[in-house]
Amino acid sequence: MIALLLRDLKLAFRAGGGFGLGLAFFLIVTVLVPFSVGPQSSLLSTIAPGVLWLGALLACLLSLDRLLALDWEDGSLDLLATAPLPLESVVTIKALAHWLTTGLPLVLAAPFLGVLLNLPVPGFSWLVISLLLGTPAMSVIGTFGAALTVGLKRGGLLLSLLVLPLYVPTLIFGAEVARRGATGMETQTPLLMLAGITAATVALLPFASAAVLRINLR
Amino acid sequence: MTIAAKANALWEYANPRKFLATSERVLPFFWITSAALLVVGLTWGFFFTPDDYKQGSTVKIIYLHVPAALMAINCWLMMLATSLVWLVRRHHVSALAARAAAPIGIVMTLIALATGAIWGQPMWGTWWAWDPRLTSFLILFLFYLGYVALWEAIEDPDTAADLTSVLCLVGSVFAILSRYAVNFWNQGLHQGASVMRAGAVTGTDTQEKVSNIYFYPLLLCIVGFVLLFIALVLYRTGTEIRARRINALLARERVNG
Amino acid sequence: MIPELGKYADTVLSAYAASILLLFALVVFSILRGRKVRAEMEKIEQRMSRNG
Repeated sequence: MIALLLRDLKLAFRAGGGFGLGLAFFLIVTVLVPFSVGPQSSLLSTIAPGVLWLGALLACLLSLDRLLALDWEDGSLDLLATAPLPLESVVTIKALAHWLTTGLPLVLAAPFLGVLLNLPVPGFSWLVISLLLGTPAMSVIGTFGAALTVGLKRGGLLLSLLVLPLYVPTLIFGAEVARRGATGMETQTPLLMLAGITAATVALLPFASAAVLRINLR
Repeated sequence: MTIAAKANALWEYANPRKFLATSERVLPFFWITSAALLVVGLTWGFFFTPDDYKQGSTVKIIYLHVPAALMAINCWLMMLATSLVWLVRRHHVSALAARAAAPIGIVMTLIALATGAIWGQPMWGTWWAWDPRLTSFLILFLFYLGYVALWEAIEDPDTAADLTSVLCLVGSVFAILSRYAVNFWNQGLHQGASVMRAGAVTGTDTQEKVSNIYFYPLLLCIVGFVLLFIALVLYRTGTEIRARRINALLARERVNG
Repeated sequence: MIPELGKYADTVLSAYAASILLLFALVVFSILRGRKVRAEMEKIEQRMSRNG
């Protein structure tokens, strides 16, 4: 299992892997927002939590189609399916690798980009906490979407269409935590909901992803 | 007939031939009844109900808006049920029925959204507001689009049926989650669910009730929409079965020829 | 014939028009496709039975 994880991480960091892509996209979105909505710092600090959450979500979405496609093309997915490791663990590790290479860097980069958008000071910790809780759900849901579309030639657009509505609850609660945190309101309810959604998706969705992958590998 | 025998009889319709024969027999009834009910209900509602004291004549939109919204949700529930049947019992008709139903759901959602926007313009002063119910329907619309797109994208019919069924199951859970999330996120402009609430019908809560004058034509329209939905699903499922048969015949021809 | 709709006439009429148009389009497209598929199937079935 650990070998598989290390292999995935190594592939992601090598050239052509998806490591820098999500981060670069996140940076671009955040830098462009002030140009499009104007430089007033009061406006920027109101929308900062939402913009950062949206940027992170889109950056995550962008890197999904590489999640399984490369392994599908070179046939290593077939090997993994016949390996003694259950397919449920394979998809969980794939999701974990995706989170480590995309989600975690986004979480770490978010506070620095928050400075650019005048995020109010109490918002920083809440932003990081909400992203830390929310991004694993995005990786797991994204793995499900990637498993659904893995055999398709141009699955990228379809993948986004399928995953987008699934991201809605996570986005709503996550951005709500960040927004409430930034304005100093109580954050307990959305935080609990966010944590609940993440826990449930991480626990249950790999079974669906594995089932879907098995159908696709038939 | 015992219950088990009845259940067995029900599964017989999973045989495509039997399904086609039976649906052919009952379809005229559904087409005609639904058309009649819709004509009567809509005419009654449009010409013979008074204006609401607050909403004016716009209240007449209810005869399209509410049934379409109900069917948009019921259609997804039906797809959920048939997807489960396909996954558990592998009846092809079931999977094809889900496929046949999805475009109907899209149209119903569109009608609900369009009439809602047109209605909202004079009443709330805006075409679109991020009201929880509007938002939920938009999300439902996205789910329908994704579902149909997945069906269209996959060539092998059985794989497509399997994958869309799983998507439908997972999507249902997330649709419910989204509903709660959206509710939490914004309190709405909509009135409470007035049609299905007992108090609304009997008039015990006069604040938000749909009064009886509006209720009977609305009931006709709802039943009409349900019957129209059934007719469309039966008809379109028949089309899907035939399309599948064409593919099978062509494949056999290629092997033999 | 048209009842007095007051100042909301446009609203009500456009809602009815849009909905009925959508429903009508759905039914027409379903039936057109159904007819086409059925004709095609019968053609192929006939050809197959002729060729044995």
